Amino acid sequence: MNAVTAPVVTTTYREALRMALREALQRDPRVFLMGEDVGRYGGTYAVSKGLLEEFGEERIRDTPLSESAFVGAGIGAALNGMLPVVEVMTCNFSLLALDQILNNAATLRHMSGGQFNIPLVIRMATGAGRQLAAQHSHSFEGWYAHIPGIRVVTPATLEDARGMLWTALMDPDPVIMFENALLYNLEGELAADAGAVDIDRAAVRRAGSDLTLVTYGGSLPKTLQAAERLAAQNISAEVIDLRTLRPLDMTTVLASLAKTHRMVIIDEGWKSGSLAAEIMARVMEQAFYELDAPIERVCSAEVPIPYARHLEQAAIPQVETILAAALRTVK
Amino acid sequence: MTPDPMLARNLLHQMVRIRRFEEKSAELYSAGKIRGFLHLYIGEEAVAVGVMQALQPQDAVFATYREHGHALARGLSAGAIMAEMYGKVEGCSHGRGGSMHLFDAAAKFYGGNAIVGGGLPLTVGYALAQKMQQRSGLAACFFGEGAIAEGEFHESMNLAALWNVPALFLCENNLYAMGTALERSEADTNLVEKAASYRMAGKSVDGMDVLAVVEAAQQAVQFVRAGNGPYFLEFRTYRFRAHSMFDPELYRSKAEVERWKQRCPIAGFSARAISEGWLTSETIAAIETEVAREIAQAVEFAEAGTWEPVETLTRDVYTARTQTE
Ligand SMILES: Cc1ncc(C[n+]2csc(CCOP(=O)(O)OP(=O)(O)O)c2C)c(N)n1
Ligand SMILES: [Mg+2]
Repeated sequence: MNAVTAPVVTTTYREALRMALREALQRDPRVFLMGEDVGRYGGTYAVSKGLLEEFGEERIRDTPLSESAFVGAGIGAALNGMLPVVEVMTCNFSLLALDQILNNAATLRHMSGGQFNIPLVIRMATGAGRQLAAQHSHSFEGWYAHIPGIRVVTPATLEDARGMLWTALMDPDPVIMFENALLYNLEGELAADAGAVDIDRAAVRRAGSDLTLVTYGGSLPKTLQAAERLAAQNISAEVIDLRTLRPLDMTTVLASLAKTHRMVIIDEGWKSGSLAAEIMARVMEQAFYELDAPIERVCSAEVPIPYARHLEQAAIPQVETILAAALRTVK
Repeated sequence: MTPDPMLARNLLHQMVRIRRFEEKSAELYSAGKIRGFLHLYIGEEAVAVGVMQALQPQDAVFATYREHGHALARGLSAGAIMAEMYGKVEGCSHGRGGSMHLFDAAAKFYGGNAIVGGGLPLTVGYALAQKMQQRSGLAACFFGEGAIAEGEFHESMNLAALWNVPALFLCENNLYAMGTALERSEADTNLVEKAASYRMAGKSVDGMDVLAVVEAAQQAVQFVRAGNGPYFLEFRTYRFRAHSMFDPELYRSKAEVERWKQRCPIAGFSARAISEGWLTSETIAAIETEVAREIAQAVEFAEAGTWEPVETLTRDVYTARTQTE
């Protein structure tokens, strides 16, 4: 018998990211990683652990606490022939570099009439759920998705953690990659030969016919659990992982809606002015008559994320709240 | 330094080009041909001209929103700059940038940045990439003294010195950031000392004397090229005109402006060139004629330029493959 099963490895989201970094560094001498504590410390979330020993200080570059300067330096290096991967420890600190991201990375190509490219990847951790309180629990991916000129990707699976980086580096424009911190320990199987993946399309993570659950990033595992619970009640939920928040792949979202006619959007950003609101608006514009029920949103509550565990958990999307919204939608 | 007649002619020619270009720009602004913000470089010409004299084509230049002079001295055509200010496709940024965002890839002219201090981190990164790729050019960044108060300045100074990158920091100290005099914004107005606090070599230079600028810039460039790390130059200069076209100049006296005008870099250099015998008054008159012709042609070029059709409004936001959204 010659039914070959492709070899798989058991790994984690963190290790998959590291494999992607290692591969990129091996593959192209223009690639280098810089950020706070990416080298000696091994990376705040240990993503870059061991890379300093392998690639040296030039290419695994520790920076001072100067978010604006080193993100801007990444933009300058990208302007000048390099393929930098800049790690901003968490999106919470990216606000100190927002000027560089918004006013330089996102605009230089346009302001110059198309003369320059910024093939830069900025990685940052995002999300709440670890009782880190208001200043360390932000989810800014939706905010960044507001900005023309950058691409926003949110790997939520091992395949995407392994495969999005290279594709993002090959993109001639700046890409921001949001890694939900709760995903780093996610464990599972990954094809041993896993490599680059597309970053243009949303993915159907679970097929279904009664309603569509649209989500991304850290909310994907919760949404899949909710879908499982719905299945136990004979409700068939389709789960869409957006993967890329800008540009949005509405084609996949609308194709699902055309089947199910019902939708719940799960987004860890604050509800007001959220990415979920944007998706809702686009459905209104493009597929209003497909809807058999109002769209529901499960987002973060309008509050700085509190410290106390029960309050924090109440503030962000949960399996229970997704389930409840789904049931309201199909009833 | 003593310039040979060729150099003397070139320096004066470049300064006069900028002066006349700026005067024409002001006129066209009043006529409604140029819109948006317009920041004139009149009075500060010696700085851009002197520094560009010391730079080579392989060097990169980052500038501010007050950058017409730098763009001209770097070799961008007056026509392409004027067309940009008209908003025409033929402009050096295809009409997408305007006065504050002049770019030219071929000239390694990286803008045109309208965020005070915004070009400093870019310069550090660009210079870092030069070093990592073992290329010889340096990265030069012009910025006003107002930027010294920004965090980005301090972060960038530190990073440039820490990483020993081939960057040249060119501070145009015209004494005011809009209406805020330096001593009203800095506890310590010694700028070279600030660079020194990051262990960066530096020097303060008379920015009204083009020869002093050339000399200092050449030394600084040599220092950086030799691999000694970044260098900081402060040019003491003055803008003769308002900050922008919307500035009633309440913050300084007419007498002060007049005093500085006595030190006009163009008049000063012309007089000295004649008395030293570097240039004749005929040569100077010929420069004026040449420049007048160039500016007239630039305006013609801009006038004859075309407006981009609105159908292509969203171009150049992303590179072609991701343009579809
Ligand atoms: C970060 C930022 N803050 C404020 C402004 C508004 N602004 C534009 S020019 C300027 C003054 C800057 O002065 P300086 O750096 O000395 O340059 P100069 O205009 O004198 O050439 C200010 C405050 C800005 N463009 N960017
Ligand atoms: Mg100033």
